[in-house]
Amino acid sequence: MTSGVGNPCNKNFGQGRRTKAINSDLPWKELTKAGNIYEPGNSNSYETGDWRTLKPVWNEERCIHCLICWRYCPDASIIVTNEKFDSFDYKHCKGCGICANVCPAHAIDMITEEQQPLKKKEAKKDE
Amino acid sequence: MATLKQLSKVPERLAGGHRLCAGCGHGISTRMILNAAEDDNVVVGCATGCLEVATTIYPYTAWNCSFIHNAFENAGATLSGVEAAYRSLKKQGKLKDDFKFVAFGGDGGTYDIGLQSLSGAMERGHNMVYVCLDNGAYMNTGIQRSSATPMGADTTTSPAGKVVPGKQQPRKDLTAIMAAHNIPYAAQASISNWQDVHKKAKKAFDVEGPAFINMLSPCPRGWRYNTPDIVELCKIAVETRFWPIYEVEDGKWILNHKPKKYVPIEEFLKPQGRFRHLFTPGNEHMIKRIQKEIDDRWLALLERCGEPQELPPR
Repeated sequence: MTSGVGNPCNKNFGQGRRTKAINSDLPWKELTKAGNIYEPGNSNSYETGDWRTLKPVWNEERCIHCLICWRYCPDASIIVTNEKFDSFDYKHCKGCGICANVCPAHAIDMITEEQQPLKKKEAKKDE
Repeated sequence: MATLKQLSKVPERLAGGHRLCAGCGHGISTRMILNAAEDDNVVVGCATGCLEVATTIYPYTAWNCSFIHNAFENAGATLSGVEAAYRSLKKQGKLKDDFKFVAFGGDGGTYDIGLQSLSGAMERGHNMVYVCLDNGAYMNTGIQRSSATPMGADTTTSPAGKVVPGKQQPRKDLTAIMAAHNIPYAAQASISNWQDVHKKAKKAFDVEGPAFINMLSPCPRGWRYNTPDIVELCKIAVETRFWPIYEVEDGKWILNHKPKKYVPIEEFLKPQGRFRHLFTPGNEHMIKRIQKEIDDRWLALLERCGEPQELPPR
């Protein structure tokens, strides 16, 4: 689970108040009081995927769904659905390569972005 | 003990999109600790450091739970205040839900700058967990030495040169200092053994009163190792006894892992660029000094844990 909205630990938290994106047109009075942020986990809308030089790709046949990659991902970028590996969150994955290194089944390869186009399922997730 | 499959259902409290470096140990440690809180409400406080500045860049926050921002030196004080307010509100019947309180600090904000506020919070017995993410220097401001920096390490304020080969002083033993506060739970853990980290975090959350966990949290920038090797490096740190994993429960010291073989400290130093100068001719005495310090500390730890005082067989 990676989403902030609908997360059970956020119930009744900061409803209806939004933190505005900062740009050169935003007057300071529009900033939230004391710099408070009312949407937990809104960093989800900030993409760190473009930091990546190497990209992890999943080899479905080899994967044993042990979820060790999920445990060791610093960016919560392994999406797990129903206790099984589902996909990579390429919006946030910084390509550190830890998942590929800890995988006991060698089911994750690190490739350059040019080496292989996105698979259909992953491409959908990326949109 | 919960399995990873069960734990994967726990809501993620540190969302993606935070701006810690690729492969940062803090992200892994924080996710592991917060995962152990399972479905409870959690309030997080952070001492200034990489974790705080990278996760709360306005207008974004990576925290999927209540988070309170404060300065470098007062994570312990701030969170103990929040906890006291919570207890008061609860007593007055103004608050129904139960909350857990956890503070994260780097080694700069814990070993050095935040030590007095942490010590105060522990002494006052607030029901909170303090987690120190020890990466052995002030990495956020540009790798300056802290009292957690290991002997011989090259940092920007203890640079290795022709005359002085890196930091000259040994590390401070913070876990022992915290245990000396006679708090109900203090522990030292390494991400290489996630079951151990989970167990310790769970104990720390469940215990009534203050708890302290010291986590080894490698920094790819400051330690200059190959980024994907983080788990291996943490494992070597435990095996070389640089970072022994143990816990102190109600004053009783328990050693969680005893290496079967004597692994020399070189194994831990070699993969890291910050110790590269120790392997140049003329610096052999530094490695000997480091090894002796580690062996001495290990024997002292064994004594505290009531184990026979001997080094692992070579």
